[in-house]
Amino acid sequence: MGLNSLRKESIHEWNEVLNPSRPQIFVGMSTCGEASGVVAVNKAIQDGLEEHGIDAVVNKTGCLGICYCEPLVDIIKPGKPRISYRSVEKTNVSGLLKDYILDDNPRPDLALGAWGQEFKGIPDLFELDFMKFQVRIALRNAGVINPENFSHYLARGGYQGFEKALDMDPEEIIAEIEKAGLRGRGGAGFPTGMKWKLCRKSRNFPKYLICNADEGDPGAFMDRSLLESDPHSVLEGMLIGAYAIGCSRGFIYIRAEYPLAIKRLKIALEHMKRHHLLGENILGSGFSFDIEIREGAGAFVCGEETALMKSIEGQRGTPYSRPPFPAQAGLWGKPTNINNVETWANVPVILEKGAGWFNRHGTEKSKGTKTFALAGKVNNTGLIEVPMGMTLEKIVYAIGGGVCDGKELKAVQTGGPAGGCLPLAKLGLTVDYESLAEAGSIMGSGGMIVLDEDDSMLETARYFLAFIQEESCGKCVPCRTGTRQMLAILDTFIKGRGKPQDIETLLSLGDSIKKTSLCGLGQAAPNPVLTTINYFRGEYEKGINPKLLRAKAHQ
Amino acid sequence: METFKLKIDDRQINAGGGDTVLQAALKAGIYIPNLCYDPRLAPYGGCRMCIVEIEGTRGFPAACTTRASDGMVVKTYGPQLDRLRLDTLELLLSDHPTDCLTCPGNQRCELQKVASFLGYNQRSLKPRKSDHPIDDSNPFFNLDRNYCVLCARCVRTCDEVTGINAIELINRGDESRVSTFAGSRLAESECRSCGECMVSCPVGAIHAKNSPVATEETATICPYCGVGCGIYLGTRQGKIVSVRGNEASPSNRGSLCVKGRFGINEFVHHSERLKSPRVKKEGGFESAEWEEALRIAGDKLSGYKPEEVAVIASAKATNEDNYVLQKFTRAVLGTNNIDHCARL
Amino acid sequence: MLGSGAMTNSIGDIALAGCYLLIGANTSETHPVIGFDIKQAVKSGSGLVIINPVKIPLVRYADLWLRNKPGTDVALLMGMARSILDEGLADLDFINERCEGFEEFKRALAEFDLKTVEGITGVGAKDISRAASMYARGNPSSILYAMGVTQHSHGTDNVMAIANLALMTGNFGKPGSGVNPLRGQNNVQGACDMGALPDVYTGYQKVCNPDARSKFETAWGVKLPDGPGLTVTEMFKKIDQGLIKALYIVGENPVLSDPDAGHVRQSLEKLELLVVQDIFMTETARLAHVVLPAVSFAEKEGTFTNTERRVQKVRKAVELEHGKALPDWKITGLIAQQMGADGFSYQSSEEIMTEIASLTPSYAGISYKRLEEEGLQWPCPSNEHPGTSILHVERFARGKGRFMPLEYRPAPEAPDSEYPLLLTTGRNIFHYHTGTMTRKSAGLNALSGQELVNISTGDAARLKIKDGDNVYVSSRRGKVAASARITDDVPEGLAFMTFHFAESAANILMSADNLDPIAKIPPLKMASVKIARI
Ligand SMILES: Cc1cc2nc3c(=O)[nH]c(=O)nc-3n(C[C@H](O)[C@H](O)[C@H](O)COP(=O)(O)O)c2cc1C
Ligand code: SF4
Ligand code: SF4
Ligand code: SF4
Ligand code: FES
Repeated sequence: MGLNSLRKESIHEWNEVLNPSRPQIFVGMSTCGEASGVVAVNKAIQDGLEEHGIDAVVNKTGCLGICYCEPLVDIIKPGKPRISYRSVEKTNVSGLLKDYILDDNPRPDLALGAWGQEFKGIPDLFELDFMKFQVRIALRNAGVINPENFSHYLARGGYQGFEKALDMDPEEIIAEIEKAGLRGRGGAGFPTGMKWKLCRKSRNFPKYLICNADEGDPGAFMDRSLLESDPHSVLEGMLIGAYAIGCSRGFIYIRAEYPLAIKRLKIALEHMKRHHLLGENILGSGFSFDIEIREGAGAFVCGEETALMKSIEGQRGTPYSRPPFPAQAGLWGKPTNINNVETWANVPVILEKGAGWFNRHGTEKSKGTKTFALAGKVNNTGLIEVPMGMTLEKIVYAIGGGVCDGKELKAVQTGGPAGGCLPLAKLGLTVDYESLAEAGSIMGSGGMIVLDEDDSMLETARYFLAFIQEESCGKCVPCRTGTRQMLAILDTFIKGRGKPQDIETLLSLGDSIKKTSLCGLGQAAPNPVLTTINYFRGEYEKGINPKLLRAKAHQ
Repeated sequence: METFKLKIDDRQINAGGGDTVLQAALKAGIYIPNLCYDPRLAPYGGCRMCIVEIEGTRGFPAACTTRASDGMVVKTYGPQLDRLRLDTLELLLSDHPTDCLTCPGNQRCELQKVASFLGYNQRSLKPRKSDHPIDDSNPFFNLDRNYCVLCARCVRTCDEVTGINAIELINRGDESRVSTFAGSRLAESECRSCGECMVSCPVGAIHAKNSPVATEETATICPYCGVGCGIYLGTRQGKIVSVRGNEASPSNRGSLCVKGRFGINEFVHHSERLKSPRVKKEGGFESAEWEEALRIAGDKLSGYKPEEVAVIASAKATNEDNYVLQKFTRAVLGTNNIDHCARL
Repeated sequence: MLGSGAMTNSIGDIALAGCYLLIGANTSETHPVIGFDIKQAVKSGSGLVIINPVKIPLVRYADLWLRNKPGTDVALLMGMARSILDEGLADLDFINERCEGFEEFKRALAEFDLKTVEGITGVGAKDISRAASMYARGNPSSILYAMGVTQHSHGTDNVMAIANLALMTGNFGKPGSGVNPLRGQNNVQGACDMGALPDVYTGYQKVCNPDARSKFETAWGVKLPDGPGLTVTEMFKKIDQGLIKALYIVGENPVLSDPDAGHVRQSLEKLELLVVQDIFMTETARLAHVVLPAVSFAEKEGTFTNTERRVQKVRKAVELEHGKALPDWKITGLIAQQMGADGFSYQSSEEIMTEIASLTPSYAGISYKRLEEEGLQWPCPSNEHPGTSILHVERFARGKGRFMPLEYRPAPEAPDSEYPLLLTTGRNIFHYHTGTMTRKSAGLNALSGQELVNISTGDAARLKIKDGDNVYVSSRRGKVAASARITDDVPEGLAFMTFHFAESAANILMSADNLDPIAKIPPLKMASVKIARI
């Protein structure tokens, strides 16, 4: 019982999309698209097709990550390449349909790019600066396929990795993941293969598997986008992991604020059930596994793995000390393997194409790619996936198209609220787990915010610290009270009433909080303040109460 | 139980299977400051007072959540540990009133103990004023959240010990607080007034309404139900002022219910206690001396045949009382007509 | 049928049960500390089956709650036994090696097919067999029961039905198993152990056994009566008939605690001599001719024996201020001496314990010296013996465990058109027994200050009673006032009240007739009543 015949049909179906006999239209229907008005555009497309009597198929697709060009609409005419149109509006879409489909004018003025070739004055989409330097592994299907169509996923190599895995020993699979050098994309960068191995080793049953889709960092939306654009890549990863580790039950912990992702996951789970990829005796292999969706209330700390497990158990979502690690005693005290959405999405490709293919990308210690939500004062904002080891400079200037309005770059904030701000001088830094940590920031889950000369570093630090302070679960003293105290002191600097000795207070308090907090949230909470003091101390000094400075000078 | 050795502050210590580093240290008489630890509860690791350094382990793990293991080398103090602990204490105290002398937890307070152990002597962070209303709805104890250090010992006790789950922590971060499930006052909640939370509270936040410190304690057995909980009656100037569960008692291991904990002193010291014999005369009861009362009872009882008398014994009296009573019935009254309300 | 009437296991080991069967007990209220243990065990995975017509608080923790019709426990338990047998879950090795009477018992089970049992008990056949299977597969399973089982006109049948279940699943003699009655009062076990019963001396040595009698005769130096004496209920009958003329009551308050209290009061008033010994002027003491003041547990030395057979030391913590009260044993001794008897000039309670140990095989190894260290569980036959935490480990006290074939007998006092509701009684957590001690606490009174008769919503609607209404509860024997609590914790047709409140003494309503034929326990758990707004 394999998927071969189904896959053949699917390839056929997918070819009909790519080389259609009648026009195919793709509308980028994900949360980011919706925010930019794609629902109205979609309606306008339906109206336009009717108005002009055009016979075309309208498909949904996910997100290509080109946020600065949303809403994005693709059109494929028989025998023509797929053309993406940028910033489509409900007012101009009808004209576009008529011009291109009926009158064969591809409207280069509205086009962003043509897929895989230059076409009548429209540049090759993948040669655009924004796309050219990206390597899309986790995002391989995002914005390409219809995420609600199982055939599309299958046709593009879906579940081939899993079928291969079924022919391997679990140990071999884990060895392959280890060889690939895949590390956790949820922030800490723990080697995934090693984690699986630990959990596999445990002789305690049943074992559980979790996909961490809590994604609480302000401004981060990589995981959401991935789940909305290509849910099966994540689910296939989980299936492979469950088989390799020996888990019988899986959970996707996702915040309730992601309704579209939840909806698409549910549809995908239905596909899996229908095609014997879930439940008892999957594909006749004797392996049984089920996946449930658990919606979280959206507390940031519930993304922390121990708090997340408490929350799945129905208790208050607060972290607890490890060890025991989840691999030893996690959910309901049973061995549990937890990985991030993006980590899971990388797994099928590694199996399908081999560790050697995967670990060509990246650096010595950080293999593969990483997605980032590029935001702030940068020309091209969006969701990108780049090989590990690319410099910050290349990301900001080459992909991001530089700072808006020709302003001077001041800093790049990475790692979200737990991360730090890196100054202009650090722009040559390569983006990988080690270098970022060395510079005082972290990779985190993939937030990247570009700050220009007008941005206040104190305000930036405050933004993140205030977020953390709000989100502290309150279990441990240093994080619960320490973040509030740091925030209070930071505010005195912002108001220009800082005490000279309080820069030291911030440093030492920050150091204590990092060292004594129970979980990763508290341990990283002071980072935004500490890195800004480190790299932008002058701004703090400007916040000192001048009267106190004078008094000091008098002494 | 397997035992093993570890080194704490250069001392060789024996520890057993499930011991945490904190338990091993405390057993060996080495004090590590702690606030959220309660031997009856699962490790929590919230107060961060018990951080230590362990050779081969990164950072500063909490002793209460780290299992002791063979050959472990632990350091409980040192310049950096001392500074980190003082910082944490400073943070705690910036959220805590300082009117120790008028606090009901005075002298029993574990926070005071930690502060004096660490030599805390000056406040540098800005304190936060809190003015939570006091929940005094329970007849036996108050909940004063202004003194709360959020160690969750009460909440965990009400879950892990009593299973009543009347209280929980609500809200996040420094807005967290102890609350009943519906947010009502304790008296209107599921609380069964067992007082276990009060016993566990390390500070004055949950405190008995009036409980002068006992000067003496007597180990005895609770007079209520058949569980036979071991208790300590705390006395002061000849009066019972407190009751606490005896942790060493195998029947209750320290736990008590509301009757045992709060329902003893009032009846023992009640003004209506019978203090002298009484004899019914024409106009009602009159106090009498023992001599008279015994004479009436004894002489009259002597006048009946064995089958004309009966005795009802007591399921509340001691074994010795009951033994003597049945011996009296059988040997002196000459009848087996003795029973008690066992069946009720 | 086993040879002893006490908890077979210990409080400490009930936490090890894989499954609890809780019947006729409201443990979280009446034995709160054991309730703590059960809840923690259930949270860490033990099963809990509750058999109770009333929705007790522990139901929240239960895997399965069988809400049987009141008075149908025997049928339900026999049904479970039948299901265990039919499903092949009986422990045949255990039955063969350690029990007798199984064949006869099997025949008795023929009457209890699940359809029939469902009809009698109102519990679905599926639930009965699920409960049976959970219990049989608990490995080990523990049965806990209390007054709800014994205070019935066929309480003894109930207890035997329970023992049958444990026997047929081999749930004896190992930690976490057993048949465990949770005794109500602090020293009810001790009072029984000490022979404060009409038919036995200490340690259940029968008065009709000539060897036992002559042992005590020798020790006490007097001739002793043969033949068992009267039970409390029989005593009251004889008082009515004018045959018993003098009564000596120590530390009990039958006017509030005994059934048909109106009658009890009338009887006591008939006595020529009533001597009452207590710590307070109780309702019963008010009827006495002589009242003797005793000290409380906090003012004396002695021992209590708890529900797990653990003899523990009671120590004096305070003196009774300005009082002349004395320990009960001393007062009784003084009366004996007044009557010219020898052998009552004890100088201390320790001396008494020495005498107890010398005459009681199961207490032989118990001494104050040893009790200083820790409590000891009987049987403790010698000074070297560590005490017994689990009974029947290798053999039953009587040799083989005997199966008892039982039949279902409906409750004698069935509701009728005049008294359409069944009333059952129990305790709440805040008070104890007749409230002599707890009602003296302002705090406990604040938490529970008046009798609340629990009435189901259906009955309340029919009777037009609202929550908080003052009502009269009346039976053929009398009526009491109480406040109504409307709740579906009780099923339709059933009402519940406690017996803690002198002003609403529920026992006025109960019947002293229809005693259980063997244990002579009155059916305090059930009476037919009517309820009406005042
Ligand atoms: C405060 C905090 C929040 C976190 N939030 C997330 C999150 O939203 N998503 C995530 O995958 N990991 C999050 N993590 C990391 C997880 O604890 C865990 O390391 C991760 O899910 C492991 O998966 P990986 O190995 O695939 O990265 C968070 C950690 C902390 C300390
Ligand atoms: S560090 Fe913060 S979020 Fe983590 S446990 Fe402590 S209080 Fe909670
Ligand atoms: S008194 Fe007992 S029931 Fe009430 S909150 Fe405290 S622990 Fe819970
Ligand atoms: S009330 Fe006491 S026990 Fe409860 S959290 Fe506060 S300080 Fe801890
Ligand atoms: S005692 Fe260890 S963290 Fe509180």
